[in-house]
Amino acid sequence: MSLNFHENHRLLYGAALATFVALTVVIAIVPARWVQEHTEPLSGSRALTEQERRGLAIYVAEGCLYCHTQQVRPLPVDKPFGRPSAPGDYARLRPQDVWRMTPALLGTERTGPDLSNVAARQPSDTWNYIHLYNPRAVVKGSVMQAYPWLFAIRETPGPGEVIVPVPPDYAPRGGKVVATQAAQDLVAYLLSLKQTPLPGGELPEQAAGAPSGAVTPGASVYAAHCASCHGSNGEGVPGVFPPMKGDPVVTAADPARHIHIVLFGLEHAAINGVNYAAEMPAHKDELSDGEIAAVVDHERTSWGNSAPTVTAADVARIRKQGGP
Amino acid sequence: MPVQRPLAVEKTHIDRIIDVDFHLTRLVYAYVACAAGWLVFGSLVGEYVGIHLAFPDLGVHPFLSFGRLRPIHTNVVLWGWSSLGIIGLALYVVPRTCQKGLASTRLAWASLWLLNAALLAGTVLLAAGVNNGGQEYREFIWPVMGTYALGLLLLAGNLYRTVARRSITEIYIANWYIVAAFLWTLALVVTAYLPWYQNGLGETVIQGYYMHQGVGMWFTPMVLGLTYYFLPKFLNKPIYSYSLGVLAFWTQLLFYTLIGAHHFVFSPIPWWLQTVAIIFSVGMFIPVVAGTGNFLLTMRGSRHALVRSYTVPFLLVGILFYFVGSGQGTVEAFRSLNPLWHFTNFTVAHSHMTMYGFVAFLIWGGIYGLLPRLTGQEPPHLLIGIHFWFALVGILIYGISLMIGGTEQGERWIAGAPFIDSVRLMASYWLWRAVSGSLMLAAHLIFAYNTWRMRPQALPAHTAEAAGESA
Repeated sequence: MSLNFHENHRLLYGAALATFVALTVVIAIVPARWVQEHTEPLSGSRALTEQERRGLAIYVAEGCLYCHTQQVRPLPVDKPFGRPSAPGDYARLRPQDVWRMTPALLGTERTGPDLSNVAARQPSDTWNYIHLYNPRAVVKGSVMQAYPWLFAIRETPGPGEVIVPVPPDYAPRGGKVVATQAAQDLVAYLLSLKQTPLPGGELPEQAAGAPSGAVTPGASVYAAHCASCHGSNGEGVPGVFPPMKGDPVVTAADPARHIHIVLFGLEHAAINGVNYAAEMPAHKDELSDGEIAAVVDHERTSWGNSAPTVTAADVARIRKQGGP
Repeated sequence: MPVQRPLAVEKTHIDRIIDVDFHLTRLVYAYVACAAGWLVFGSLVGEYVGIHLAFPDLGVHPFLSFGRLRPIHTNVVLWGWSSLGIIGLALYVVPRTCQKGLASTRLAWASLWLLNAALLAGTVLLAAGVNNGGQEYREFIWPVMGTYALGLLLLAGNLYRTVARRSITEIYIANWYIVAAFLWTLALVVTAYLPWYQNGLGETVIQGYYMHQGVGMWFTPMVLGLTYYFLPKFLNKPIYSYSLGVLAFWTQLLFYTLIGAHHFVFSPIPWWLQTVAIIFSVGMFIPVVAGTGNFLLTMRGSRHALVRSYTVPFLLVGILFYFVGSGQGTVEAFRSLNPLWHFTNFTVAHSHMTMYGFVAFLIWGGIYGLLPRLTGQEPPHLLIGIHFWFALVGILIYGISLMIGGTEQGERWIAGAPFIDSVRLMASYWLWRAVSGSLMLAAHLIFAYNTWRMRPQALPAHTAEAAGESA
């Protein structure tokens, strides 16, 4: 028996395979197992609900993760997407069923934005439904796949059905767009994507965050919390999300109602004869008085608006009065 | 009489037909023909998803949606085209360099059926939205991948036994790479599909390892092994250095296996794992330089062959892209450059320059060099030339436009521009991608036709004669 790799095929292939397997154990299996066993879910986080789990299954089946990462790196460039991801963020992930493995949510490509903390940026379910029905209805220039098959068209929607107020240019000719169970599950999952604060760590300054290049604090809060519905140009989405440009409340001399709406949200608004079905979420827990003052000022002085500005003290006073 | 000027440089016709068992010829051809079929299908899907980015309202049926077609494209070109192509060539090269018949032609046919069945089932399931959890290149659920792995296992045994029964003492270097690649890949698939260490981030650790080795311990050693046979064969001279081939073999195994985590630099997986991956990514220069240098030094002084052969240019392009693509991979792993390029289209350029510029060109070189000599049927030289130039210009436009576009994308993010800016700026590059994709698709259609032209026709005359003589 020759101990020469060139002549002994058992030795050659045995050595090649054994080396590979040994390296595999060291570089893949042991670290994977170590990570799995030494990571706990973050305190304050919760497991997905049954509906959110179904939504995650759709997220995986439709291949959302090929274009959207859920992985915020500890780099300045990733700041707009939230705080850096921690191992605990993924600790609850398990195989979907006996056929499928743990979803690969971290992703490797960002054709679209990171979704780790998307629910903080896009908390409106209406926005998410419209965006899934046709992304271009709410984001000009988006190249995302539209998912009309997650919706149904009804001549007369039944009671309890989720009607999606698609802007006229993108709406079907006849009937109303309603969200199927699948769409509701997927949106429930997307709205669950909200980063849990790290224990002891500060919630990084406006995690939901603004592009670092934004000029004023107000513009940066607006970009992070308001622009997805009201538009970065303040023009909203016709018939769905009201414009800020020339809005009677935003341009009113008395800022009290403007501040109140930002703090406590609003339902069933009728503005200039248009009924807006989408609900405006409250921001009292997410934004400080200073941030709300900054964003209110930004809205009152941009896009041709020129209304009196406010201070953090004004916001604090209205916050104290309570609402809604 | 006016001189007849050919449209391009006239290429040399094959000088002789290799006397080989007709059953083996048919087997090799079947693998290559299936590979060509999957290539046409896979690149059609690729072209469609590429165009989809430029015209996002194109697909309104779930089967035509980007998220479902993307894994079909990648899995079909990886496990269909590239894998069947290299296996087909290996089924010729291994017995030839062992001077012994293939251990079992019948089992190799069984493998082909298993591989194709898995690919077909996997494709249908992916279209229906059934995937393994979205892990890149292991999207096939385990029953499908298990079928595929069974096909590979049978082939591994088949080729191993062929080497074990060889008529010569030494194991030729090509067979080091080829048989080892089968063994590594089987170990890899088993590791990737066992669930016990893949909850939470454990999955990510394995995914980095898997998606990396899937390329680097399967396609790379397979095409390198094949090139260690085809290049000297077509140039009709020995390989420059046998030892460099051996050095590259062991360093490839030691370094490449350790660098999977470089796909997750700055992710929450353990920092030391990322550091090891980055260090050994640099170490990869040793096998890459050894391999590329060995091939280029073998080609030195063979300008004539390069000009006159319709095969060698494919090999040269493949060798050069091996060097360029590997270098790209190393620098993308650096912590200094990773933030610029990671998550951008730069990585898309990289994956195509390696799997296409490197792997596909070497496979084509092997196919065009081998099949005519097996079957006696040569495709029109002009069509081979068009295939070559369309594919080459296609991959160059593809790679360069997405490298520039990806860099701009990364710069835009770093500058803190709104995200949608990085989407909008890609529009023109995606248009170039669609153009280059069309060139490549056209090349593949021509390749499919050429493959048809190279088909074995009943019993070739010389075999019949030989049979007659012995009678």
